[in-house]
Amino acid sequence: MSPRISRRKLLGGAAAGAALPVLHELIPHQGLHHALDGASASSGHQHTAGDPAAVDGDAGMHSHNGFAMGPEVNHRANGFDPSAMVRDFDWGKTRRLASGRVLREWEMVAIDKEIEVAPGVKYAAWTYNGRVPGPTLRCREGERLRIHFGNGSSHPHTIHFHGIHPAFMDGMPGLGEGIGGGLIRPGETFTYEFDAEPFGMHLYHCHATPLAEHIAKGLYGAFIVDPKQGREDADELIMVMNAFDTNFDFGNEVYAVNSIGFHYAKHPIKVKRGELVRIYLMNIVEFDPINSFHVHANFFNYFPTGTSLQPLEYTDTIVQAQGQRGVLELRFPYEGRYMFHAHKTEFAELGWLGFFEVA
Amino acid sequence: MEARGAVSSLRQGPGSRLPAWALGLIPLALIAAAVGVFAALGAPGLGERSGPPIEDLAVERTVLHPGEIELTVRNDGPDQVGIAQVSVNDGYVDFEATSKEVGRLGSTTITIPYDWIEGESYEIFLLTSTGGTVDHTIDVAAETPEADSGFYGLMALLGIYVGVIPVALGMLWLPFVRRIDRRWVQLLLALTVGLLAFLAIDAVQEGVDVAQAGPQALGGAALVFVGALASYLLLAGVDGYMTGRRERAAARGGDAVGTHLALLIAIGIGLHNLGEGLAIGSSYAIGALALGAFLVVGFAIHNTTEGLAIVAPLAEERPGLSRLALLGLVAGAPAIVGAAIGAAAFDSSLAAFLLGAGAGAIAQVIQQIVPSIRDADGRALHPIAVAGILAGLALMYVTGLLVSV
Repeated sequence: MSPRISRRKLLGGAAAGAALPVLHELIPHQGLHHALDGASASSGHQHTAGDPAAVDGDAGMHSHNGFAMGPEVNHRANGFDPSAMVRDFDWGKTRRLASGRVLREWEMVAIDKEIEVAPGVKYAAWTYNGRVPGPTLRCREGERLRIHFGNGSSHPHTIHFHGIHPAFMDGMPGLGEGIGGGLIRPGETFTYEFDAEPFGMHLYHCHATPLAEHIAKGLYGAFIVDPKQGREDADELIMVMNAFDTNFDFGNEVYAVNSIGFHYAKHPIKVKRGELVRIYLMNIVEFDPINSFHVHANFFNYFPTGTSLQPLEYTDTIVQAQGQRGVLELRFPYEGRYMFHAHKTEFAELGWLGFFEVA
Repeated sequence: MEARGAVSSLRQGPGSRLPAWALGLIPLALIAAAVGVFAALGAPGLGERSGPPIEDLAVERTVLHPGEIELTVRNDGPDQVGIAQVSVNDGYVDFEATSKEVGRLGSTTITIPYDWIEGESYEIFLLTSTGGTVDHTIDVAAETPEADSGFYGLMALLGIYVGVIPVALGMLWLPFVRRIDRRWVQLLLALTVGLLAFLAIDAVQEGVDVAQAGPQALGGAALVFVGALASYLLLAGVDGYMTGRRERAAARGGDAVGTHLALLIAIGIGLHNLGEGLAIGSSYAIGALALGAFLVVGFAIHNTTEGLAIVAPLAEERPGLSRLALLGLVAGAPAIVGAAIGAAAFDSSLAAFLLGAGAGAIAQVIQQIVPSIRDADGRALHPIAVAGILAGLALMYVTGLLVSV
C-alpha cells in the first residue's frame, strides 16, 4: 500500500466514523464489489449515517466502479424492470386441439422504442413487445406453437427461432415468402407455427439483414422448451447477456444481463439459502466473440443448451459464444451477498455484474 | 484631386442636414429591426435543423491528484451535450461534474475518484445522453503540481534557465561584435535573420499543433495567424512611433539606430520565449517533461544564439550596462511568465495565439534588420548575407535537435 492510498483510506474511514470501511477496502477484489451501490445516496467516498449499504452490514459498498451516482434508469418509461424480468416467463395462451395436443399461442409485435440503457443514456432500440430482451417464451416439449407476429416497426423484421422446424417457418428473408413468411415488412403480419422440440434452453432473434444491426438493436429473446417430465422444482431465473453499441462504432459501450448494466448490483437478486436456483442463461452480445458467467463462492451444474438432464460440468465459470446458452443449477449454502459477473472483466466493469442476496 | 472631389460631393449630399452620428446609426438600427422581425416571426422559411444533435466535446485540461482525475471539457459543437457516464480504462466509474449539461461553448469540470498509477496510460471515454462517446487519453499519468509559491518559484527558475541566462550569455558576444570588421557584422546580422526565421517557422508549426489538439470553437489554428498578423501590425506601429521619436531625438543628437533595432529584436524574441515558456510549463504540468535537465540544457544552448541576435546591431554603439540588461530581460523574462501560465492554466487557444504573435513579431523584426545587411549596391541577398542566413538556420536546426517538448 502506498502512502497515497493509505491517506485516502483514512479520509474515508474518518468520514464513516468507523474503522470498518478501511479494513474492508483492503480486501482484494473489492474494486468490482464496490460497483455502485445505487441504494446509497452518499456521494464520493463518504458514508453517512443511515446509508443502506452500511445498515446491511456491507459498509465498504461505496461506489468505486460502476455508473455514476444519481437518478437510476427510468424503468417505468422503459416499460420493463430487470428485477421483475429475471423471473418473468411468458407461457402464452393454451387450448386443446382435437387431437388432444396442446396448442400454445403468443402475440409478438416489433416496435421501435427508445430505451434508457444506462442512467441518462438513451438508445433507439428495436424491440419485441416493447422490451429488450423480448419476452421469455416458455412451453413444453411436443406442444404445437403459434407465434402471431406483427411488424409495428418502421423496418422489415422476422423472428428466427432456434429449434427444429420446416424451412418456411425459419424466419429467414427469402424462405416461406409464398405463404406470407420470410421478410415481414412494416405493417405486415405472419404466424410462425411449429412443434416445440427439442427440449432445452433456446433463443429467437430477428434475421433480417444487416443481421448484426437487427440483433444489436434489441430484437432477441429466450425460448425455453421444458422436458415432458419437467425439471425439479426450483427458483427459476432468466438471464440474457446482452450489450449496446450506443455510439455505432461496432463495439459495445454498455454490457448487462437483461439490458440494464449494474442493475443487479444495485438491486441484488434475492434467493433462499439451500433452495435450488435454476438459471436459464444465454449470450446474444453482438460484436464481441465470447461472453462468460462466473458466480462467487459457489459452484453450479451446467447443462449446455439444456438438452440433457445430465449436467456436463460442475464449475463456477462458463463461456458462451453468441447464440450459445445453457441451464445452470446451484444452491447457496451460506447467507450473504454473492457476486456474479462476466469473467471477461472488461464486460463486468462496463455493466455486466450483479449480486445474489441469499437469506 | 478628383477622388477627393467625389468624396466632398458625397459629404454635401442631401443627407447633410442630419448630424453625422445619426447617419451612422441609421443602418445599425435597420439591421437590428430586420433581425428583430426575423426572430419575432420565428425565422420564417428556416425549419429546425434536421438530424440528430451534433455532439462535439473537447477535453481542455487534465489534472491528476492522488486518487483523483479531473477533466475540464468544452463543448465545441452547436448543440447542448449531456454527460451521462464516464469510463476509465473500459470500466464505468463514479464521477461528479460541475454541470452534466454543457451548452455551446460552455465548459464543465468532471471529477473522477480513481486510483491511477504514476507512469501508466489511461483511456477515458465520456458517454453522452445520446450514447455518443468522447475519447480522451492520458498518455503518461503524473501528478499535476499544485500551483503554490514553491511551484511558481520552480517555474521562475525554469524560465530563468531557458530564457534569461542563455540570452544574457549570448549577449556577452558584444565586445567581440564591436571589434570585428563591418562585413563580419553584416554576416552576424544575416545569421540573426536565419535564427529568427527558424524560430518563426517553429512557432507557427508549434502553434498549429497546439491549436489542433485543443478545442476548435474559439478559432483553432486560425488563432496562430491572427496572432501573427496582430503582433506584426502592433510592432510596426510601435516601430513607427519610435522612429518618429528617434528622428526628433536625432535632431537633438541622441538615440542611435542600433539600440532601436536591438530593442525590436528583443521584443520579438521575448514574444517567442513566452510561447516557449508556455510549452515548457504545460509539458511540465502534464508530466511530459520527464527529461527536464536535458531539455533545459537544450533550450539554453538554443537560446544563447538569441542573445547574439540582440547584440549584433549594437556593433557601433556603446549602450550602458543597464540598457543591455533591460534588452536581455525583454527577450528572456517572458519565458518565466510563459512557464508559469503554461503550467498553471494552460489554454491551447491562448498558447496558439501567443505562438502566432511570436512569429508575427519575428517577421517584423526581420524586416527591420534587412536594411542593415544591404551592401553598397543596396542588395540584401548578397553572398555573405545568404551564407549568414543559411548558417543561422542550420545553427537553430542543430541546436533545436536538443529540444523536443
